[in-house]
Amino acid sequence: MNVPYIVSLAYQYADNLAFLLLAALGLMIILGVIDVINLAHGELIMLGAYTTTLAYHRAHLPLPACVLLSFIGVGAFGMLLERTVIRRFYRDKLGALVATWGISLLLSQGMLLFLGPSLIAVPLPEWTLSYAGYSFGGYRLLLFGASILVVLLAWWIFYRTKFGVRTRATMQNPAMAQALGVDTRRIYLYTFAAGSALAGLTGGLYAPTTTIVPLMGTTFVDVAFITVVVGGGANPILGALTSSALLASISAPLSSAFGTFLGRIGLLLTALVIIRFLPRGLSGYFQDLQRRRMAGARS
Amino acid sequence: MTTDEKKFDVCVPTDAADASGTGGSSAGLTRRDLIKAAAVTGAGVLAAPALLRAQAAGGAASIKFGLLEDRSGNFAIFGLNKWHGTQLAIKEINDGWTLDGGVQGPGGPGVHAKVAAKPPTTNIKATVDNGGAPARDDTVWTEPAEYLLKSGDKGVLGRQIELLAPDPQSDNTQFQTLARRLILDDKVDVIMAGFASAEREAIRPIMDQNKMLYFYNNQYEGGVADKNTFCTGAVPEQQIVPVMQYMIKNFGPRIYTLAADYNFGQLSAAWTRAMAPLLNAEVIGEEFIPLSVSQFSSSIAKIQEAKPSWLMMYITGQNHSNFYPQANAAGLKFPMGSSINIAQGYEHRRFAPPALNRFHVTASYMEEIPTPRNKLFVKRWRAMFADEPYLAMEGHSAYVATHLYAKAVRLAGTTDKATVVKALESGLGVEAPAGWVFMDPATHHLSQYIRLARCDEKHNITFMTEWPHIEPWWTRRLGVNLARTAEYKQYIPDEDPFFKMFQKKKG
Repeated sequence: MNVPYIVSLAYQYADNLAFLLLAALGLMIILGVIDVINLAHGELIMLGAYTTTLAYHRAHLPLPACVLLSFIGVGAFGMLLERTVIRRFYRDKLGALVATWGISLLLSQGMLLFLGPSLIAVPLPEWTLSYAGYSFGGYRLLLFGASILVVLLAWWIFYRTKFGVRTRATMQNPAMAQALGVDTRRIYLYTFAAGSALAGLTGGLYAPTTTIVPLMGTTFVDVAFITVVVGGGANPILGALTSSALLASISAPLSSAFGTFLGRIGLLLTALVIIRFLPRGLSGYFQDLQRRRMAGARS
Repeated sequence: MTTDEKKFDVCVPTDAADASGTGGSSAGLTRRDLIKAAAVTGAGVLAAPALLRAQAAGGAASIKFGLLEDRSGNFAIFGLNKWHGTQLAIKEINDGWTLDGGVQGPGGPGVHAKVAAKPPTTNIKATVDNGGAPARDDTVWTEPAEYLLKSGDKGVLGRQIELLAPDPQSDNTQFQTLARRLILDDKVDVIMAGFASAEREAIRPIMDQNKMLYFYNNQYEGGVADKNTFCTGAVPEQQIVPVMQYMIKNFGPRIYTLAADYNFGQLSAAWTRAMAPLLNAEVIGEEFIPLSVSQFSSSIAKIQEAKPSWLMMYITGQNHSNFYPQANAAGLKFPMGSSINIAQGYEHRRFAPPALNRFHVTASYMEEIPTPRNKLFVKRWRAMFADEPYLAMEGHSAYVATHLYAKAVRLAGTTDKATVVKALESGLGVEAPAGWVFMDPATHHLSQYIRLARCDEKHNITFMTEWPHIEPWWTRRLGVNLARTAEYKQYIPDEDPFFKMFQKKKG
């Protein structure tokens, strides 16, 4: 246990955290607000990566512009999806599951038909930092910074804007919110678009690091679901942040000491334990804790 | 020969006049055969409707060729290429072409009478660059550019080959379902299937239960000894041993293995462990990565801690190939050796330079092979599949296997599986686009023309060394002789007492 090793571990922790957070946040917001499990989340990430890659190679835009295009483009696509498909399933949660799964199949197989098995990836920016025999990818640190920024932005929208207040009201009691004049349909539309835009952003940001293939979404979606299960939908932002912090603190040292395989096993075991003892996830647990405290204060 | 070559200059060889001639006569012959066969089995009444249908269609019943290659999923990038290779070969066979070569008696590279008439006048390096291979006594054997001959047949035995190729989607369960469907419903005559070893092992028992003739056209971890199975890809004695020798000699003895966590990666890593003491090297670290993983920061940090002389890479699939750009961006600059990457998944074309700098692979085929023969092959392939991103090692294996099957059926005079197996065990050698290959009767594997390719910082490929004839000798040493004793298993390095002996000696 020396200082360089701890620095390397911290880097791996940040990298893990960013991946979990960015993969899961969009999924979690949609689950928390609309209570729809979006099985097409991975394919929306894939769309984001394809948008960035195509914009980079065909339109020769700089990488940040490509990523922004993914964010906006996939957000708009999410809006279209909500208008045409998702809104027909708000009373039928199992139906929504099947519908989003169908969308995911259409997107991935359609991409395979239209653009073939793979695209040439965007070259990964080669910023390397060296420290005591270790070298770190600068782009991965940038990803970590981006993930923290995104969470801050989401938190600001959720807690500091009028739209956020209406969204939280809709989450708590949609019927009451509607009675008070909140257009819940509009809230749902924007939430789904925001979740999709976040998926597009994730795809765009990770496009230089991954292979651009139609089924690339699956590599994000399995960890995204573990993060969502551990975090719970009661408070999407707190849930995503605490759960990815917890999971990264388990998988980073395990992977570093025993290899990626045991890192993965550690993630799954943690998810199992959390589901057993905190069925509503970390954010559900915090919510209950808060309620109990408030109830205690009242009595 | 020269007039033939002129004709072959047309990308996809066709000869209309010849086509109508042989097509007509062989179809007639087959109809007679069918009637004869029906009479002999006493099933004339039963066979009559089928016979009428065949006559109405204007030819004999087709040969049903089952193919299971991944066209979607984690392995699509490899499967699509193999599917194309099979389609190209079937088109050539149906148009009346076959690979040069045939039964070669005792086997071995000399029997095809290819030793050049004159001693070399150019220097050896230039000769190698032009496709000739230097022998120890400095004679070169020639390699004619043309590898196709007229078969004098339309299809095989006058029957067209019909391809049945559903998509197994990189999913082992789909492989099993579709293999059963091809065997039981479609009643195919042969099945060629599988990229990953897990896919092969999922369906090999089904092939054996149904006595189905099965070709696995992929490089792999070696050791399959199965009477019904023929393997046309390269195996560890042809790839891992030569690349390890080269890497140890040029970069040093400390090896770090990064492998995919399934039977291929585990067993290839076992080969590296077993061979290292014999080559005065040691494996200082190993990591096995699940196939679903695509982010590698912890693996990269572990490699940086270990500080090896070079990396042995057995990672596979589209998720794993992300390792290369990530490692490059993290400043990991070790030389790498492999039996698969870049030759299979053309990572050097998919990722921006210099991610694959100093990458070395022993390959049975790569698109960059500079011989006139390969240039002809690439031209014909692209005439059929203009958008093909790369002609990879396994697409070539699939192409050669399809032609080998057609040759064996023609030799057997029937598609009866047991007879075709005997024909394949008769000592067949063919002129593949990569060079001459020979189906070893004892092991059901090919001797291969192996080249060691090196990728530079601009992602250009240079072939550093060539081995024109490496035999699949390993299972033979363990006593496998499928021509004499049928077996249905896969040997693993742990079963080889020799490896243990040498490991003990060292430790």
